[in-house]
Amino acid sequence: MPDAGGRLAVRKTYKLYVGGAFPRSESGRSYEVTDAKGRFLANAALASRKDVRDAVVAARKAFPGWAGRTAYNRGQILYRIAEMLEGRRDQFVSEISAAEGLSARKAEPYVDAAIDRWVWYAGWADKIAQVHGNANPVAGPFFNLSSPEPTGVVGIVAPQKGPLLGLVSVLAPAIVTGNTAVVLASEQHPLPAITLAEVLATSDLPGGVVNVLTGRPAETAPWLASHMDVNAIDLAGVDNPALAADLERAAAENLKRVIRPAPTPDWRADPGAGRLTAFLETKTVWHPKGA
Amino acid sequence: MTATAPDTLADGIAGSEASLRKFLHGLPGVDQVGADQRAAMLATRSIKTTAKEWALDLAIRMVDLTTLEGQDTPGKIRALAAKAKRPDPDDPTCPSVAALCVYPHLVPVAAAELKGSGVHLASVATGFPSGQVPLDVKIADTKAAVTAGADEIDMVIDRGAFLSGRYLEVQEQIQAVKQAAGAAHLKVILETGELATYDNVRRASWLAMLAGADVIKTSTGKVQPAATLPVTLIMLEAVRDFRDQTGRQIGVKTAGGIRAAKDAIRYLVLAKETAGEDWLDPDWFRFGASTLLNDLLMQRAKMRTGRYSGPDYFTLD
Repeated sequence: MPDAGGRLAVRKTYKLYVGGAFPRSESGRSYEVTDAKGRFLANAALASRKDVRDAVVAARKAFPGWAGRTAYNRGQILYRIAEMLEGRRDQFVSEISAAEGLSARKAEPYVDAAIDRWVWYAGWADKIAQVHGNANPVAGPFFNLSSPEPTGVVGIVAPQKGPLLGLVSVLAPAIVTGNTAVVLASEQHPLPAITLAEVLATSDLPGGVVNVLTGRPAETAPWLASHMDVNAIDLAGVDNPALAADLERAAAENLKRVIRPAPTPDWRADPGAGRLTAFLETKTVWHPKGA
Repeated sequence: MTATAPDTLADGIAGSEASLRKFLHGLPGVDQVGADQRAAMLATRSIKTTAKEWALDLAIRMVDLTTLEGQDTPGKIRALAAKAKRPDPDDPTCPSVAALCVYPHLVPVAAAELKGSGVHLASVATGFPSGQVPLDVKIADTKAAVTAGADEIDMVIDRGAFLSGRYLEVQEQIQAVKQAAGAAHLKVILETGELATYDNVRRASWLAMLAGADVIKTSTGKVQPAATLPVTLIMLEAVRDFRDQTGRQIGVKTAGGIRAAKDAIRYLVLAKETAGEDWLDPDWFRFGASTLLNDLLMQRAKMRTGRYSGPDYFTLD
């Protein structure tokens, strides 16, 4: 379709982000993404249950390496993501204004907040252990130390509204502590998530730490929630209460940690440390003190 | 494939270096591109639902659960024997594997654990994995394993002798080991990763079968590449043609590098389409594997429960 300048428009078909690569959906399916007024924006991959399976395998494989990084290094990498996001600021602004029907001026604060959120969580990387770990007094000659450790692979159903800030607000706290994540992006507005995946792929984050699947969460989320090799699930983007209940029930099979959907949170508010600590396990070590 | 009459095949060509060479070099050459394509084409076949359930169970029953590490201990063998008998303790319908495969030194431990279970006990022998030891040591190795309770022997051929054209020497060694093994089943490892060409794989298969092998096996698992689909295809063609000519059925064992259930099913498709359904049986087709079993069990759990399983729920070995 030629535009005003006579150039052909480049009609994009985006892919998934799994294990540091950008594969097509195993099913070969895609769906049309439209803007707030229903006009065509791009095609996005329509992920299937097998893509969920592959993404979980990739996340599990990446977990020991990512959890084994020093907290300081994870903080550096999250800060690097913020830097890279800053470089793509204009692209995100136009994607968000198209998706949500906002003017560029109104979309900008959301992008800025998303960038700031990466920086804010980057700072937490080497502080969470001080705040949520402890040296416990015990009745014996022992050092008794409790320290927070990542729980493992976290499934995230990203918020349907707030395609960038909402996504960053649920993703950053999961990975900063050393978890790896499988994200089911917003069904209506997947483009900011895809662009974020392109940012992650070029910002020192090891492949597989974050895996982004676009498509219909109603189709893929049950596979993620019931997957025995997923350790926790964040249901932020599940708007349907019946589906949320089903997913919680499926997640109970292997005692996943679950964050239940809250009614339309304001992503611009101070997030607090709640999502950081939701995906942590406490390890307590007894060490003889001598004398 | 050859015009020789069935009952005289082995007698007519075995016995002299010249006639053996004439026969082996008279075998038709392997079309390498064709073999690769045929194997790749069969690998695209989609096996689903009830057929997949059946294939997974069959593949579990065909596994030679193997541990061949320098660090093997009696404790590890006992743990693995328990797994061989009941691969998935959560599920009583899960079949046991075909055999446990260990080093000769650990055969007595395994024999005590497997007694009366119906799981076979295989032992590698003859200076595994290189086979570079004198013949009397190979024979002693074999006899020791059989005496200790192994009912299957996995021997390696002398690749040095084979590659330098001393076919009669290879044949005599296999015959000597076969005699030493007595009633035990003899599996002959060709180590196809060291044979360089598909023609050599075909010749080595026939040589082993003529010498009295009960099973021909691709690899030790210690050399890369190990088992591949095209190599297994050629070996399956060899056992098919051998049965056509002599009436004797020979088994095939593929070992090394098969880690996913999906790969195992591809080999089953290959066996059915090449040799025929008679080979879809643990007596005639085997997988030498260790990590494969867990993936088969995970896929089986997925079919049974409808949700993806994870490695946390199966033993590490």
